[in-house]
Amino acid sequence: MAATSTTTSATAATATRRAPTARLGRLIDRWLLPIYVVGVTTYLILPVAVMILFSFNDPTGRSNLNWREFSLGAWLNPLGRPGLGDAVRNSLVVAFLSTLVATVLGTMIGLALARYAFRGRGATNILIFLPMSTPEIVLGASLLTTFVASVQLPLPEGLVFPLSIRTILIAHIMFNISYVVVTVKARLANFPRHLEEAAMDLGANEWTTFWKVTFPLILPGVIAAGLLAFSLSIDDYVITAFTSGQTQTFPLFIYGSQLRGIPVQVNVIGTIIFVTAVGLVLLTTLWQRRVAARDYTAGRA
Amino acid sequence: MRRALHLRAIAPYALLLPGLLWLVLFYVYPAFQMFLVSMWTGNLDAGFVQSWNWGIYPEAIAEYWPWLARSIVYGGLATILAFALGFPLAYAIAFRGGAYKNVLLFLVIAPFFTSFLLRTISWKIILADNGLLLGPLKDVGLLSEEFRLLATPAAVIAGITYNFLPFMTLPLYVALERMDKRLIEAAEDLYAGPWRPQGIIAGLVIGGVLGVVVGAVMGYGPVVVGIVGAVAGALVGTFLISQAFIRVTLPLALPGIFAGSLLTFIPAVGDFINAELLGNPQSLMIGNVIQARYLEVTDYPTASALSFVLMLAILIGLFFYARLLGTEELTGASV
Repeated sequence: MAATSTTTSATAATATRRAPTARLGRLIDRWLLPIYVVGVTTYLILPVAVMILFSFNDPTGRSNLNWREFSLGAWLNPLGRPGLGDAVRNSLVVAFLSTLVATVLGTMIGLALARYAFRGRGATNILIFLPMSTPEIVLGASLLTTFVASVQLPLPEGLVFPLSIRTILIAHIMFNISYVVVTVKARLANFPRHLEEAAMDLGANEWTTFWKVTFPLILPGVIAAGLLAFSLSIDDYVITAFTSGQTQTFPLFIYGSQLRGIPVQVNVIGTIIFVTAVGLVLLTTLWQRRVAARDYTAGRA
Repeated sequence: MRRALHLRAIAPYALLLPGLLWLVLFYVYPAFQMFLVSMWTGNLDAGFVQSWNWGIYPEAIAEYWPWLARSIVYGGLATILAFALGFPLAYAIAFRGGAYKNVLLFLVIAPFFTSFLLRTISWKIILADNGLLLGPLKDVGLLSEEFRLLATPAAVIAGITYNFLPFMTLPLYVALERMDKRLIEAAEDLYAGPWRPQGIIAGLVIGGVLGVVVGAVMGYGPVVVGIVGAVAGALVGTFLISQAFIRVTLPLALPGIFAGSLLTFIPAVGDFINAELLGNPQSLMIGNVIQARYLEVTDYPTASALSFVLMLAILIGLFFYARLLGTEELTGASV
């Protein structure tokens, strides 16, 4: 991997010793590494490209596994399959609500971890880390057993059993919290504390300081965490399969129709989700750059 | 003043409470509940009773150990392959990315924006017997008509490797990007040269062993794949690995290797989608068994026991792995 770099100030002796390696190093730098990078990124993108391509397919029969001919049919009627509309709507509802709750709860934990010294810090870190290092199937399975066993507890009917969109939501908030904490914490690492102190010195109370100073500063991190949570939620199959009962979501719909043959509409919605996600990420990146540029000029002035 | 002090003392706990409560209620308690359910006896129609049947653990392990072992082997191989693919990629982006750095990083995470299921179904299309990949090769006579990839262990391992490659690449990239590149120049000024002859020997051994294992697991003749692996390993060890790489780059990349291999191995071991969509009945993993026991036959005790064993195995492995690599900041490493 590590190609020997050319050194201009090498002595004559080392130059002769290094000459063949240096040539080889240039060869690797110029050709081998770029070819490799193109190869691996193609491998990464290929399935996405196939998904988009097959959204324009007009398959014979019900299964969309062989290319036949170009068609816009599915794009003109993207929800034209029984149950697909409901599944997509449920997915969006779960993703929005779980992102909202997990982002609020996770940001609070992230703030506490980044700004305060307190007892129980190590335990908190472990509790945040564990859900991310547990296989999804175990998370889903343990929630399912809990929901099933909850019939023995004096809980209101329908709260957690029978399984419904409510139990999916509980599960999604749970697995999203850790990811939000980690993202927000990373962005808070170099937080300028003196700005808060300045606000307090100028007479702002804690509440005003938070909303006028702290929050605008951590907002990019919070948005990044929210986007991550949303994309994790809308894509989740495994945990949802264990906590959904009769409720359908988009990934469950894909899996369910997988055995009978996947309708082209699934590829259309997959493509729409992909394009929207890419667009949102590009937009937030551009927005953050503008904010950074504005702060830079403000700082200079 | 008094009030401010008081606020300072309870503020962190007030911020932590709702989120941690959620995790305790819906992560910690369910793990405990699953342990209780594993020692239930009965069935869904007649009802279950808490019988404290410890015997379910030896029974379940005795019955399902091939699936457990297969999961660990597939997950381990996928992790090693993802590392072999991801490290050069992360290296290229971090050290030679230049103006393309952000574009390349974007391409690495782009698969995340597509449903995991749809990507795996795409692989089904690509790997099909006469599909996008094998069809043309068969048409020109490079492969025999009987050759297939879909519904083989190779497809399952390739699918898992694909799905978790970004999880491997990103932490590696972060670790390499943070590294002070001048250290490599310093090493070279101090006469760090090609890593010979150790590189050739290490390459031969690692490539050979990996080849034999891959060949045996995927069913392509361990000897042939082993020889190919040994030759490839020796070439890499001879021409691509330098002393500066072994002594400087690799040790500094360790936190990334640690985080990347965990983020790949843990979901890979528990995965059942790739085995379900790309494999055959002989290549099913423990995730498939757990899923079927829970959702198809509602044998909650056995399913819970297996799920608990899987969780415990991963936590124990995690503990030793963390001690081995001396990484204390777990949440820090996974960023």
